[in-house]
Amino acid sequence: MRPTFSIICFTVLSGAGYGLLFLLGLATAFGVMPTLRSQLPLELARFALANPLIPNPSLALATALAVGAILVAAGLLCSLGHLGKPARAWRALSQWRSSWLSREGVFSLLSFVPLLGMIVDLIARPTLSSPSMALRACGVLLCLGCVATVVCTAHIYSSLKPIRAWHDRHVVPGYLYLSLYSGALLLTALATLGIPTQTTVVALWLGNALIVAPCAAVSKWRYWRSIDAHGPPRAGAATGLDRLGSVRSFEQPHTEENYLTHEMGFVLARKHSRTLRAFALWSILLAPISWLPLAWLGGGSIAWLSLALGLLGVFVERWLFFAEARHAVMAYYGR
Amino acid sequence: MTTLPPPSAKKLGLVIDLDTCVGCHACAVACKEWNDGGDFGPLPDSDPYGKAPNGVWFNRVHSYAVEQATPQGSRELTVHFPRSCLHCETPACVTVCPTGASYKRAEDGIVLVDDDKCIGCQLCAWACPYGAREISPQRGTMQKCTLCVDRIYNETLDEADRQPACVMACPTRARHFGDLGDVESAVSKLVAERDGYALMPEFGYQPVNRYLPPRPRRDGADVKPPPREETLDRERLPGVLRWLDRVLSR
Repeated sequence: MRPTFSIICFTVLSGAGYGLLFLLGLATAFGVMPTLRSQLPLELARFALANPLIPNPSLALATALAVGAILVAAGLLCSLGHLGKPARAWRALSQWRSSWLSREGVFSLLSFVPLLGMIVDLIARPTLSSPSMALRACGVLLCLGCVATVVCTAHIYSSLKPIRAWHDRHVVPGYLYLSLYSGALLLTALATLGIPTQTTVVALWLGNALIVAPCAAVSKWRYWRSIDAHGPPRAGAATGLDRLGSVRSFEQPHTEENYLTHEMGFVLARKHSRTLRAFALWSILLAPISWLPLAWLGGGSIAWLSLALGLLGVFVERWLFFAEARHAVMAYYGR
Repeated sequence: MTTLPPPSAKKLGLVIDLDTCVGCHACAVACKEWNDGGDFGPLPDSDPYGKAPNGVWFNRVHSYAVEQATPQGSRELTVHFPRSCLHCETPACVTVCPTGASYKRAEDGIVLVDDDKCIGCQLCAWACPYGAREISPQRGTMQKCTLCVDRIYNETLDEADRQPACVMACPTRARHFGDLGDVESAVSKLVAERDGYALMPEFGYQPVNRYLPPRPRRDGADVKPPPREETLDRERLPGVLRWLDRVLSR
Protein backbone atom coordinates (compact mmCIF):
# COMPACT_ATOMS: atom_id res chain seq x y z
CA MET A 1 0.00 0.00 0.00
CA ARG A 2 1.18 3.49 -0.79
CA PRO A 3 2.29 5.19 2.45
CA THR A 4 0.24 8.38 2.41
CA PHE A 5 1.96 11.10 4.39
CA SER A 6 -1.29 12.56 5.70
CA ILE A 7 -2.43 9.25 7.22
CA ILE A 8 0.96 8.46 8.74
CA CYS A 9 1.09 11.93 10.34
CA PHE A 10 -2.46 11.49 11.55
CA THR A 11 -1.88 8.13 13.24
CA VAL A 12 1.49 9.14 14.76
CA LEU A 13 0.41 12.58 16.01
CA SER A 14 -3.01 11.63 17.27
CA GLY A 15 -1.55 8.42 18.74
CA ALA A 16 0.98 10.45 20.74
CA GLY A 17 -1.73 12.96 21.70
CA TYR A 18 -4.11 10.27 22.94
CA GLY A 19 -1.29 8.54 24.83
CA LEU A 20 -0.45 11.81 26.58
CA LEU A 21 -4.09 12.60 27.32
CA PHE A 22 -4.61 9.07 28.65
CA LEU A 23 -1.74 9.48 31.13
CA LEU A 24 -2.95 12.94 32.20
CA GLY A 25 -6.50 11.68 32.56
CA LEU A 26 -5.27 8.75 34.64
CA ALA A 27 -3.16 11.05 36.84
CA THR A 28 -6.15 13.33 37.42
CA ALA A 29 -8.50 10.44 38.14
CA PHE A 30 -6.16 9.04 40.77
CA GLY A 31 -5.52 12.48 42.23
CA VAL A 32 -1.83 12.56 41.35
CA MET A 33 -2.00 16.30 40.91
CA PRO A 34 0.98 18.38 39.90
CA THR A 35 3.03 19.12 42.99
CA LEU A 36 5.78 21.21 41.57
CA ARG A 37 7.44 22.31 44.75
CA SER A 38 7.53 18.96 46.46
CA GLN A 39 10.86 17.27 47.00
CA LEU A 40 11.87 14.82 44.31
CA PRO A 41 11.97 11.23 45.42
CA LEU A 42 15.08 10.69 43.39
CA GLU A 43 18.00 13.02 43.02
CA LEU A 44 18.33 11.60 39.49
CA ALA A 45 15.65 13.87 38.13
CA ARG A 46 16.98 17.09 39.63
CA PHE A 47 17.33 18.72 36.23
CA ALA A 48 13.57 18.81 35.96
CA LEU A 49 13.45 21.24 38.87
CA ALA A 50 15.47 23.88 37.12
CA ASN A 51 13.45 26.91 36.17
CA PRO A 52 9.95 25.59 35.65
CA LEU A 53 8.32 27.73 32.96
CA ILE A 54 4.88 27.54 34.50
CA PRO A 55 5.03 27.71 38.29
CA ASN A 56 1.34 27.08 38.92
CA PRO A 57 0.61 23.33 39.04
CA SER A 58 -2.99 23.57 37.77
CA LEU A 59 -1.96 25.72 34.85
CA ALA A 60 0.88 23.31 34.16
CA LEU A 61 -1.59 20.42 33.89
CA ALA A 62 -3.88 22.54 31.71
CA THR A 63 -0.91 23.29 29.45
CA ALA A 64 -0.06 19.61 29.13
CA LEU A 65 -3.70 18.83 28.31
CA ALA A 66 -3.67 21.59 25.71
CA VAL A 67 -0.56 20.10 24.12
CA GLY A 68 -2.41 16.77 23.83
CA ALA A 69 -5.47 18.50 22.39
CA ILE A 70 -3.34 20.33 19.82
CA LEU A 71 -1.63 17.10 18.74
CA VAL A 72 -4.94 15.27 18.36
CA ALA A 73 -6.48 18.17 16.47
CA ALA A 74 -3.40 18.44 14.23
CA GLY A 75 -3.65 14.71 13.52
CA LEU A 76 -7.32 14.98 12.64
CA LEU A 77 -6.59 17.93 10.35
CA CYS A 78 -3.83 15.89 8.65
CA SER A 79 -6.29 13.08 8.03
CA LEU A 80 -8.53 15.52 6.17
CA GLY A 81 -5.69 15.90 3.67
CA HIS A 82 -6.34 12.32 2.57
CA LEU A 83 -9.96 13.01 1.63
CA GLY A 84 -11.14 13.78 -1.87
CA LYS A 85 -13.89 16.01 -0.45
CA PRO A 86 -12.61 17.34 2.92
CA ALA A 87 -15.52 19.78 3.26
CA ARG A 88 -17.87 16.82 3.65
CA ALA A 89 -15.85 15.25 6.49
CA TRP A 90 -18.69 15.82 8.97
CA ARG A 91 -20.66 13.10 7.15
CA ALA A 92 -18.15 10.55 8.43
CA LEU A 93 -19.76 10.65 11.89
CA SER A 94 -23.00 9.05 10.74
CA GLN A 95 -22.25 5.35 10.17
CA TRP A 96 -20.92 4.30 13.57
CA ARG A 97 -23.10 1.19 13.47
CA SER A 98 -20.94 -0.48 10.83
CA SER A 99 -17.82 1.59 10.14
CA TRP A 100 -14.72 1.74 12.36
CA LEU A 101 -13.70 4.99 10.66
CA SER A 102 -16.99 6.54 11.68
CA ARG A 103 -16.62 5.19 15.24
CA GLU A 104 -13.14 6.69 15.42
CA GLY A 105 -14.52 10.08 14.42
CA VAL A 106 -17.31 9.88 17.00
CA PHE A 107 -14.99 8.86 19.86
CA SER A 108 -12.36 11.44 18.94
CA LEU A 109 -14.97 14.20 19.13
CA LEU A 110 -16.52 12.81 22.32
CA SER A 111 -13.07 12.79 23.97
CA PHE A 112 -12.88 16.54 23.47
CA VAL A 113 -15.82 17.07 25.86
CA PRO A 114 -14.08 15.98 29.12
CA LEU A 115 -10.78 17.31 27.76
CA LEU A 116 -12.06 20.86 27.22
CA GLY A 117 -13.99 20.63 30.50
CA MET A 118 -10.78 19.82 32.37
CA ILE A 119 -8.81 22.61 30.71
CA VAL A 120 -11.52 25.20 31.48
CA ASP A 121 -11.86 23.99 35.09
CA LEU A 122 -8.10 24.04 35.70
CA ILE A 123 -7.76 27.55 34.30
CA ALA A 124 -10.83 28.84 36.15
CA ARG A 125 -9.75 27.43 39.55
CA PRO A 126 -5.97 27.26 39.34
CA THR A 127 -5.30 27.08 43.06
CA LEU A 128 -7.06 23.77 43.53
CA SER A 129 -5.01 21.61 45.89
CA SER A 130 -6.63 18.27 45.11
CA PRO A 131 -8.87 17.47 42.12
CA SER A 132 -12.63 17.80 42.58
CA MET A 133 -14.90 14.85 41.89
CA ALA A 134 -16.01 16.46 38.64
CA LEU A 135 -12.41 16.79 37.52
CA ARG A 136 -11.67 13.18 38.47
CA ALA A 137 -14.76 12.02 36.55
CA CYS A 138 -13.58 14.00 33.51
CA GLY A 139 -10.20 12.28 33.88
CA VAL A 140 -11.86 8.85 33.79
CA LEU A 141 -13.97 9.79 30.75
CA LEU A 142 -10.91 11.17 28.98
CA CYS A 143 -9.01 7.91 29.60
CA LEU A 144 -11.89 5.86 28.18
CA GLY A 145 -12.24 8.17 25.19
CA CYS A 146 -8.52 7.94 24.38
CA VAL A 147 -8.47 4.12 24.54
CA ALA A 148 -11.66 3.85 22.48
CA THR A 149 -10.35 6.19 19.78
CA VAL A 150 -7.01 4.41 19.39
CA VAL A 151 -8.75 1.01 19.36
CA CYS A 152 -11.05 2.29 16.58
CA THR A 153 -8.07 3.65 14.59
CA ALA A 154 -6.38 0.25 14.77
CA HIS A 155 -9.60 -1.55 13.82
CA ILE A 156 -9.97 0.56 10.67
CA TYR A 157 -6.92 -1.31 9.40
CA SER A 158 -7.27 -4.67 11.13
CA SER A 159 -10.81 -5.10 9.78
CA LEU A 160 -9.62 -5.02 6.14
CA LYS A 161 -9.28 -8.66 5.10
CA PRO A 162 -7.79 -8.03 1.63
CA ILE A 163 -4.66 -6.58 3.25
CA ARG A 164 -3.16 -9.52 5.09
CA ALA A 165 -0.52 -7.42 6.90
CA TRP A 166 -3.29 -5.31 8.47
CA HIS A 167 -5.74 -8.11 9.16
CA ASP A 168 -3.54 -9.38 11.95
CA ARG A 169 -4.17 -9.86 15.66
CA HIS A 170 -1.02 -7.91 16.57
CA VAL A 171 -2.26 -4.68 14.96
CA VAL A 172 -4.57 -3.46 17.74
CA PRO A 173 -2.09 -4.09 20.60
CA GLY A 174 0.66 -2.51 18.48
CA TYR A 175 -1.32 0.71 18.06
CA LEU A 176 -2.18 0.82 21.77
CA TYR A 177 1.39 0.21 22.96
CA LEU A 178 2.88 2.78 20.61
CA SER A 179 0.27 5.37 21.50
CA LEU A 180 1.02 4.94 25.23
CA TYR A 181 4.74 4.87 24.47
CA SER A 182 4.81 8.11 22.49
CA GLY A 183 2.47 9.77 25.01
CA ALA A 184 4.78 8.81 27.87
CA LEU A 185 7.83 10.09 25.97
CA LEU A 186 6.04 13.36 25.36
CA LEU A 187 5.03 13.71 29.00
CA THR A 188 8.58 12.99 30.15
CA ALA A 189 9.83 15.68 27.79
CA LEU A 190 7.17 18.14 28.98
CA ALA A 191 8.21 17.42 32.57
CA THR A 192 11.65 18.81 31.85
CA LEU A 193 9.89 22.15 31.36
CA GLY A 194 8.12 21.70 34.67
CA ILE A 195 4.93 20.69 32.91
CA PRO A 196 3.09 19.28 34.74
CA THR A 197 5.03 17.59 37.53
CA GLN A 198 8.28 15.99 38.52
CA THR A 199 7.21 13.71 41.33
CA THR A 200 5.82 11.18 38.89
CA VAL A 201 8.31 11.81 36.15
CA VAL A 202 10.84 9.22 37.28
CA ALA A 203 8.16 6.55 37.66
CA LEU A 204 6.86 7.54 34.24
CA TRP A 205 10.28 7.41 32.69
CA LEU A 206 11.11 4.04 34.26
CA GLY A 207 7.72 2.60 33.28
CA ASN A 208 8.15 3.68 29.69
CA ALA A 209 11.76 2.53 29.36
CA LEU A 210 11.35 -0.79 31.15
CA ILE A 211 7.76 -1.84 30.42
CA VAL A 212 5.98 0.03 27.61
CA ALA A 213 8.87 0.31 25.11
CA PRO A 214 9.87 -3.39 25.41
CA CYS A 215 6.20 -4.44 25.15
CA ALA A 216 5.79 -2.30 22.02
CA ALA A 217 9.00 -3.69 20.53
CA VAL A 218 8.05 -7.31 21.24
CA SER A 219 4.57 -6.71 19.84
CA LYS A 220 6.02 -5.25 16.63
CA TRP A 221 8.57 -8.02 16.34
CA ARG A 222 5.83 -10.66 16.66
CA TYR A 223 3.72 -8.73 14.14
CA TRP A 224 6.53 -8.75 11.58
CA ARG A 225 7.08 -12.47 12.12
CA SER A 226 3.38 -13.05 11.64
CA ILE A 227 3.10 -11.09 8.38
CA ASP A 228 6.29 -12.65 6.98
CA ALA A 229 4.81 -16.12 7.43
CA HIS A 230 2.33 -15.47 4.60
CA GLY A 231 3.39 -15.34 0.97
CA PRO A 232 1.93 -12.82 -1.47
CA PRO A 233 -1.47 -13.58 -3.01
CA ARG A 234 -1.22 -15.37 -6.37
CA ALA A 235 -2.97 -14.82 -9.70
CA GLY A 236 -4.09 -18.47 -9.82
CA ALA A 237 -6.03 -18.20 -6.57
CA ALA A 238 -7.39 -14.73 -7.37
CA THR A 239 -8.77 -15.75 -10.78
CA GLY A 240 -9.84 -19.26 -9.77
CA LEU A 241 -7.83 -20.55 -12.75
CA ASP A 242 -5.38 -22.49 -10.56
CA ARG A 243 -7.63 -25.53 -10.98
CA LEU A 244 -6.55 -25.59 -14.65
CA GLY A 245 -2.81 -25.17 -14.21
CA SER A 246 -0.22 -22.67 -13.13
CA VAL A 247 -1.28 -19.12 -13.94
CA ARG A 248 0.94 -16.30 -15.18
CA SER A 249 -0.13 -12.79 -16.15
CA PHE A 250 1.19 -12.05 -19.63
CA GLU A 251 -0.59 -8.82 -20.36
CA GLN A 252 -1.85 -6.05 -18.10
CA PRO A 253 -5.23 -4.44 -18.71
CA HIS A 254 -3.60 -1.06 -19.20
CA THR A 255 -0.20 0.16 -20.34
CA GLU A 256 0.06 3.00 -17.79
CA GLU A 257 -0.39 3.03 -14.05
CA ASN A 258 -3.92 3.28 -12.72
CA TYR A 259 -5.37 4.08 -9.30
CA LEU A 260 -5.03 0.49 -8.12
CA THR A 261 -1.41 -0.05 -9.14
CA HIS A 262 -0.49 3.39 -7.79
CA GLU A 263 -2.31 3.00 -4.47
CA MET A 264 -1.76 -0.69 -3.83
CA GLY A 265 1.36 -1.66 -5.74
CA PHE A 266 4.02 -0.02 -3.57
CA VAL A 267 7.21 -2.11 -3.57
CA LEU A 268 10.04 0.05 -2.19
CA ALA A 269 9.45 -0.67 1.50
CA ARG A 270 9.62 -4.44 1.15
CA LYS A 271 13.01 -4.09 -0.54
CA HIS A 272 14.47 -2.25 2.48
CA SER A 273 12.25 -3.68 5.17
CA ARG A 274 15.03 -5.37 7.16
CA THR A 275 17.02 -2.15 7.68
CA LEU A 276 13.98 0.00 8.38
CA ARG A 277 12.48 -2.49 10.84
CA ALA A 278 15.74 -2.64 12.78
CA PHE A 279 15.91 1.16 12.83
CA ALA A 280 12.33 1.50 14.10
CA LEU A 281 12.77 -1.18 16.74
CA TRP A 282 16.04 0.17 18.16
CA SER A 283 14.87 3.79 18.11
CA ILE A 284 11.74 2.83 20.03
CA LEU A 285 13.74 0.83 22.58
CA LEU A 286 16.61 3.29 23.05
CA ALA A 287 14.74 6.60 23.02
CA PRO A 288 13.35 6.43 26.58
CA ILE A 289 16.63 5.04 27.95
CA SER A 290 18.64 7.81 26.28
CA TRP A 291 16.56 10.46 28.07
CA LEU A 292 18.36 10.14 31.40
CA PRO A 293 21.99 10.36 30.20
CA LEU A 294 21.05 13.15 27.79
CA ALA A 295 19.29 15.10 30.53
CA TRP A 296 22.10 14.42 32.99
CA LEU A 297 24.79 15.58 30.59
CA GLY A 298 23.10 18.40 28.79
CA GLY A 299 20.12 19.47 30.84
CA GLY A 300 16.40 19.20 30.23
CA SER A 301 16.32 20.75 26.79
CA ILE A 302 18.74 18.18 25.34
CA ALA A 303 16.41 15.45 26.62
CA TRP A 304 13.97 16.50 23.93
CA LEU A 305 16.29 14.70 21.51
CA SER A 306 15.11 11.41 22.97
CA LEU A 307 11.52 12.41 22.21
CA ALA A 308 12.56 13.17 18.63
CA LEU A 309 14.30 9.79 18.35
CA GLY A 310 11.32 7.91 19.75
CA LEU A 311 8.80 9.68 17.51
CA LEU A 312 11.05 9.10 14.50
CA GLY A 313 11.04 5.39 15.35
CA VAL A 314 7.24 5.38 15.58
CA PHE A 315 7.04 7.32 12.31
CA VAL A 316 9.25 4.76 10.52
CA GLU A 317 7.21 1.93 12.06
CA ARG A 318 3.99 3.52 10.80
CA TRP A 319 5.50 4.13 7.36
CA LEU A 320 6.41 0.43 7.19
CA PHE A 321 2.95 -0.56 8.40
CA PHE A 322 1.49 1.03 5.28
CA ALA A 323 4.30 0.59 2.81
CA GLU A 324 5.01 -3.09 3.48
CA ALA A 325 1.40 -4.22 3.28
CA ARG A 326 0.26 -6.03 0.15
CA HIS A 327 -3.27 -5.76 -1.17
CA ALA A 328 -4.98 -8.88 -2.54
CA VAL A 329 -5.96 -7.11 -5.78
CA MET A 330 -2.30 -6.98 -6.84
CA ALA A 331 -2.54 -10.74 -7.46
CA TYR A 332 -4.56 -9.96 -10.60
CA TYR A 333 -1.66 -7.87 -11.84
CA GLY A 334 0.84 -10.61 -11.03
CA ARG A 335 2.73 -8.21 -8.74
CA MET B 1 -27.02 3.53 5.47
CA THR B 2 -23.93 1.43 5.23
CA THR B 3 -25.34 -1.39 7.31
CA LEU B 4 -26.41 -4.05 4.84
CA PRO B 5 -30.06 -4.52 3.91
CA PRO B 6 -31.61 -7.97 4.51
CA PRO B 7 -30.63 -10.37 1.69
CA SER B 8 -32.68 -9.61 -1.40
CA ALA B 9 -34.43 -12.30 -3.42
CA LYS B 10 -33.34 -10.56 -6.60
CA LYS B 11 -29.58 -10.63 -7.16
CA LEU B 12 -28.70 -8.89 -10.38
CA GLY B 13 -25.26 -9.65 -11.69
CA LEU B 14 -23.06 -10.75 -14.55
CA VAL B 15 -21.90 -14.13 -15.74
CA ILE B 16 -18.61 -13.97 -17.63
CA ASP B 17 -17.60 -16.79 -19.93
CA LEU B 18 -13.82 -17.22 -19.84
CA ASP B 19 -14.11 -19.78 -22.62
CA THR B 20 -15.38 -17.34 -25.23
CA CYS B 21 -13.85 -14.06 -24.07
CA VAL B 22 -11.30 -13.03 -26.68
CA GLY B 23 -9.82 -10.14 -24.70
CA CYS B 24 -10.91 -7.42 -27.14
CA HIS B 25 -11.63 -4.86 -24.35
CA ALA B 26 -14.92 -3.89 -26.07
CA CYS B 27 -16.74 -4.29 -22.74
CA ALA B 28 -14.27 -1.96 -21.03
CA VAL B 29 -14.53 0.66 -23.79
CA ALA B 30 -18.34 0.48 -23.99
CA CYS B 31 -18.52 0.78 -20.20
CA LYS B 32 -16.28 3.82 -20.16
CA GLU B 33 -18.28 5.39 -22.96
CA TRP B 34 -21.69 4.83 -21.34
CA ASN B 35 -20.64 5.86 -17.84
CA ASP B 36 -18.81 8.95 -19.06
CA GLY B 37 -22.13 10.28 -20.30
CA GLY B 38 -24.82 8.45 -18.31
CA ASP B 39 -26.49 9.44 -15.05
CA PHE B 40 -23.34 8.73 -13.05
CA GLY B 41 -20.83 10.44 -15.35
CA PRO B 42 -18.55 11.98 -16.24
CA LEU B 43 -15.46 9.82 -15.79
CA PRO B 44 -12.73 12.34 -16.58
CA ASP B 45 -9.13 11.28 -17.27
CA SER B 46 -5.95 13.07 -16.39
CA ASP B 47 -3.55 13.69 -19.25
CA PRO B 48 -5.79 11.71 -21.66
CA TYR B 49 -3.72 12.36 -24.79
CA GLY B 50 -0.37 12.90 -23.11
CA LYS B 51 2.47 10.67 -21.97
CA ALA B 52 0.86 9.15 -18.90
CA PRO B 53 -2.92 8.96 -19.38
CA ASN B 54 -4.77 7.90 -16.26
CA GLY B 55 -8.43 7.56 -15.48
CA VAL B 56 -11.22 5.56 -13.94
CA TRP B 57 -12.49 2.46 -15.75
CA PHE B 58 -15.05 0.12 -14.21
CA ASN B 59 -13.89 -2.80 -16.27
CA ARG B 60 -10.33 -4.07 -16.68
CA VAL B 61 -9.43 -7.01 -18.91
CA HIS B 62 -6.42 -9.07 -17.79
CA SER B 63 -4.74 -11.75 -19.88
CA TYR B 64 -3.26 -14.88 -18.38
CA ALA B 65 -1.31 -17.86 -19.62
CA VAL B 66 -2.26 -21.07 -17.87
CA GLU B 67 0.39 -23.74 -18.12
CA GLN B 68 -1.03 -27.23 -18.17
CA ALA B 69 0.72 -30.57 -18.00
CA THR B 70 -0.55 -33.09 -20.55
CA PRO B 71 0.62 -36.56 -21.55
CA GLN B 72 2.17 -34.89 -24.65
CA GLY B 73 4.11 -32.37 -22.56
CA SER B 74 3.15 -28.97 -21.18
CA ARG B 75 1.01 -26.49 -23.09
CA GLU B 76 -0.27 -22.99 -22.44
CA LEU B 77 -3.86 -21.91 -22.40
CA THR B 78 -4.62 -18.22 -22.98
CA VAL B 79 -7.39 -16.90 -20.77
CA HIS B 80 -8.70 -13.36 -21.00
CA PHE B 81 -10.17 -12.23 -17.75
CA PRO B 82 -12.49 -9.21 -17.43
CA ARG B 83 -12.55 -7.85 -13.87
CA SER B 84 -15.28 -5.58 -12.53
CA CYS B 85 -17.52 -5.17 -9.48
CA LEU B 86 -19.06 -8.48 -8.41
CA HIS B 87 -21.94 -6.85 -6.49
CA CYS B 88 -21.22 -9.00 -3.43
CA GLU B 89 -24.02 -10.10 -1.13
CA THR B 90 -22.06 -9.05 1.98
CA PRO B 91 -19.69 -6.39 0.62
CA ALA B 92 -17.11 -4.93 3.00
CA CYS B 93 -16.88 -1.84 0.78
CA VAL B 94 -20.37 -0.92 2.00
CA THR B 95 -19.95 -1.59 5.71
CA VAL B 96 -16.60 0.26 6.03
CA CYS B 97 -18.04 3.45 4.51
CA PRO B 98 -18.19 6.13 7.23
CA THR B 99 -20.72 8.37 5.48
CA GLY B 100 -23.42 6.12 4.08
CA ALA B 101 -22.36 6.99 0.53
CA SER B 102 -21.61 3.37 -0.31
CA TYR B 103 -24.75 1.26 -0.23
CA LYS B 104 -26.33 -1.95 -1.42
CA ARG B 105 -29.79 -1.68 -2.92
CA ALA B 106 -32.35 -3.74 -1.04
CA GLU B 107 -34.48 -4.35 -4.14
CA ASP B 108 -31.94 -5.89 -6.52
CA GLY B 109 -28.60 -6.08 -4.69
CA ILE B 110 -26.71 -3.56 -6.85
CA VAL B 111 -23.84 -1.88 -4.96
CA LEU B 112 -23.69 1.86 -5.64
CA VAL B 113 -21.96 5.04 -4.45
CA ASP B 114 -23.98 8.18 -3.70
CA ASP B 115 -21.73 10.81 -5.23
CA ASP B 116 -23.26 13.56 -3.08
CA LYS B 117 -22.28 11.85 0.17
CA CYS B 118 -18.86 10.38 -0.70
CA ILE B 119 -15.94 12.12 1.05
CA GLY B 120 -13.28 10.29 -0.98
CA CYS B 121 -11.62 8.55 2.00
CA GLN B 122 -10.90 5.49 -0.20
CA LEU B 123 -11.47 3.01 2.61
CA CYS B 124 -13.95 1.11 0.39
CA ALA B 125 -11.30 0.66 -2.30
CA TRP B 126 -8.94 -0.76 0.32
CA ALA B 127 -11.68 -3.10 1.55
CA CYS B 128 -12.36 -4.58 -1.91
CA PRO B 129 -10.10 -7.53 -2.83
CA TYR B 130 -11.38 -7.42 -6.42
CA GLY B 131 -10.18 -3.92 -7.28
CA ALA B 132 -13.67 -2.84 -8.25
CA ARG B 133 -13.37 0.73 -7.04
CA GLU B 134 -11.22 3.55 -8.34
CA ILE B 135 -11.20 7.13 -7.11
CA SER B 136 -11.56 10.01 -9.52
CA PRO B 137 -9.06 12.70 -8.51
CA GLN B 138 -10.97 15.16 -10.68
CA ARG B 139 -14.26 14.55 -8.91
CA GLY B 140 -12.78 13.69 -5.50
CA THR B 141 -15.19 10.80 -5.07
CA MET B 142 -15.11 7.02 -5.44
CA GLN B 143 -16.35 5.53 -8.69
CA LYS B 144 -17.52 2.01 -9.46
CA CYS B 145 -19.60 -0.22 -11.74
CA THR B 146 -23.30 0.63 -11.46
CA LEU B 147 -24.39 -2.47 -13.39
CA CYS B 148 -25.74 0.24 -15.72
CA VAL B 149 -28.65 0.84 -13.36
CA ASP B 150 -29.46 3.85 -15.57
CA ARG B 151 -29.89 1.50 -18.55
CA ILE B 152 -31.41 -1.69 -17.22
CA TYR B 153 -34.54 0.03 -15.85
CA ASN B 154 -34.76 2.65 -18.58
CA GLU B 155 -38.16 2.17 -20.19
CA THR B 156 -37.40 4.54 -23.04
CA LEU B 157 -35.00 1.89 -24.37
CA ASP B 158 -36.16 -1.20 -26.22
CA GLU B 159 -36.48 -4.11 -23.85
CA ALA B 160 -33.62 -5.90 -25.60
CA ASP B 161 -31.37 -2.91 -24.89
CA ARG B 162 -32.06 -2.84 -21.15
CA GLN B 163 -28.78 -4.55 -20.35
CA PRO B 164 -25.45 -3.26 -19.11
CA ALA B 165 -23.34 -1.60 -21.81
CA CYS B 166 -20.57 -4.21 -21.42
CA VAL B 167 -23.01 -7.04 -22.11
CA MET B 168 -24.43 -5.28 -25.16
CA ALA B 169 -20.95 -4.61 -26.56
CA CYS B 170 -19.45 -8.10 -26.22
CA PRO B 171 -18.91 -9.49 -29.74
CA THR B 172 -18.60 -13.09 -28.56
CA ARG B 173 -21.52 -13.11 -26.10
CA ALA B 174 -19.08 -13.84 -23.31
CA ARG B 175 -21.04 -11.64 -20.90
CA HIS B 176 -24.50 -12.41 -19.61
CA PHE B 177 -26.72 -10.30 -17.39
CA GLY B 178 -29.58 -11.49 -15.22
CA ASP B 179 -31.00 -12.40 -11.85
CA LEU B 180 -28.69 -14.86 -10.12
CA GLY B 181 -31.08 -15.08 -7.17
CA ASP B 182 -33.65 -16.86 -9.37
CA VAL B 183 -32.62 -20.48 -10.00
CA GLU B 184 -34.86 -20.60 -13.07
CA SER B 185 -33.21 -17.61 -14.79
CA ALA B 186 -31.11 -18.14 -17.93
CA VAL B 187 -27.95 -16.98 -16.14
CA SER B 188 -28.50 -19.30 -13.17
CA LYS B 189 -29.03 -22.24 -15.52
CA LEU B 190 -25.88 -21.31 -17.42
CA VAL B 191 -23.90 -21.21 -14.16
CA ALA B 192 -25.27 -24.61 -13.11
CA GLU B 193 -24.55 -26.15 -16.51
CA ARG B 194 -21.01 -24.80 -16.83
CA ASP B 195 -19.88 -25.03 -13.20
CA GLY B 196 -19.66 -21.25 -12.82
CA TYR B 197 -17.63 -20.11 -9.83
CA ALA B 198 -17.21 -17.09 -7.57
CA LEU B 199 -13.88 -15.27 -7.19
CA MET B 200 -11.93 -15.56 -3.92
CA PRO B 201 -14.83 -16.92 -1.85
CA GLU B 202 -12.46 -17.22 1.12
CA PHE B 203 -12.98 -13.54 1.96
CA GLY B 204 -16.62 -14.29 2.68
CA TYR B 205 -18.07 -11.36 0.74
CA GLN B 206 -20.22 -13.72 -1.36
CA PRO B 207 -19.84 -12.26 -4.85
CA VAL B 208 -22.96 -12.44 -7.02
CA ASN B 209 -21.14 -12.43 -10.38
CA ARG B 210 -19.97 -15.80 -11.66
CA TYR B 211 -17.16 -16.85 -13.99
CA LEU B 212 -17.55 -19.79 -16.37
CA PRO B 213 -14.29 -21.74 -16.65
CA PRO B 214 -12.73 -22.41 -20.06
CA ARG B 215 -14.01 -25.61 -21.64
CA PRO B 216 -11.50 -28.46 -22.04
CA ARG B 217 -9.32 -27.93 -25.12
CA ARG B 218 -10.06 -29.93 -28.29
CA ASP B 219 -6.46 -30.33 -29.44
CA GLY B 220 -6.47 -34.04 -28.69
CA ALA B 221 -4.58 -33.83 -25.44
CA ASP B 222 -7.76 -34.26 -23.42
CA VAL B 223 -9.36 -36.79 -25.79
CA LYS B 224 -9.38 -40.36 -24.61
CA PRO B 225 -7.88 -42.85 -27.15
CA PRO B 226 -10.71 -44.58 -29.10
CA PRO B 227 -11.63 -48.04 -27.81
CA ARG B 228 -9.63 -50.77 -29.48
CA GLU B 229 -11.45 -52.53 -32.32
CA GLU B 230 -12.66 -56.00 -31.55
CA THR B 231 -11.16 -58.68 -33.68
CA LEU B 232 -13.38 -61.12 -35.49
CA ASP B 233 -12.19 -64.46 -36.79
CA ARG B 234 -14.35 -64.77 -39.92
CA GLU B 235 -13.24 -68.29 -40.62
CA ARG B 236 -14.91 -69.49 -37.44
CA LEU B 237 -18.31 -68.01 -38.33
CA PRO B 238 -21.08 -70.14 -39.78
CA GLY B 239 -21.57 -69.69 -43.56
CA VAL B 240 -24.64 -67.41 -43.42
CA LEU B 241 -23.06 -65.02 -40.98
CA ARG B 242 -19.80 -65.03 -42.96
CA TRP B 243 -21.83 -63.95 -46.01
CA LEU B 244 -23.61 -61.28 -43.91
CA ASP B 245 -20.27 -59.93 -42.65
CA ARG B 246 -18.97 -59.71 -46.19
CA VAL B 247 -22.07 -57.83 -47.37
CA LEU B 248 -22.03 -55.38 -44.44
CA SER B 249 -18.30 -54.80 -44.73
CA ARG B 250 -18.59 -53.56 -48.31
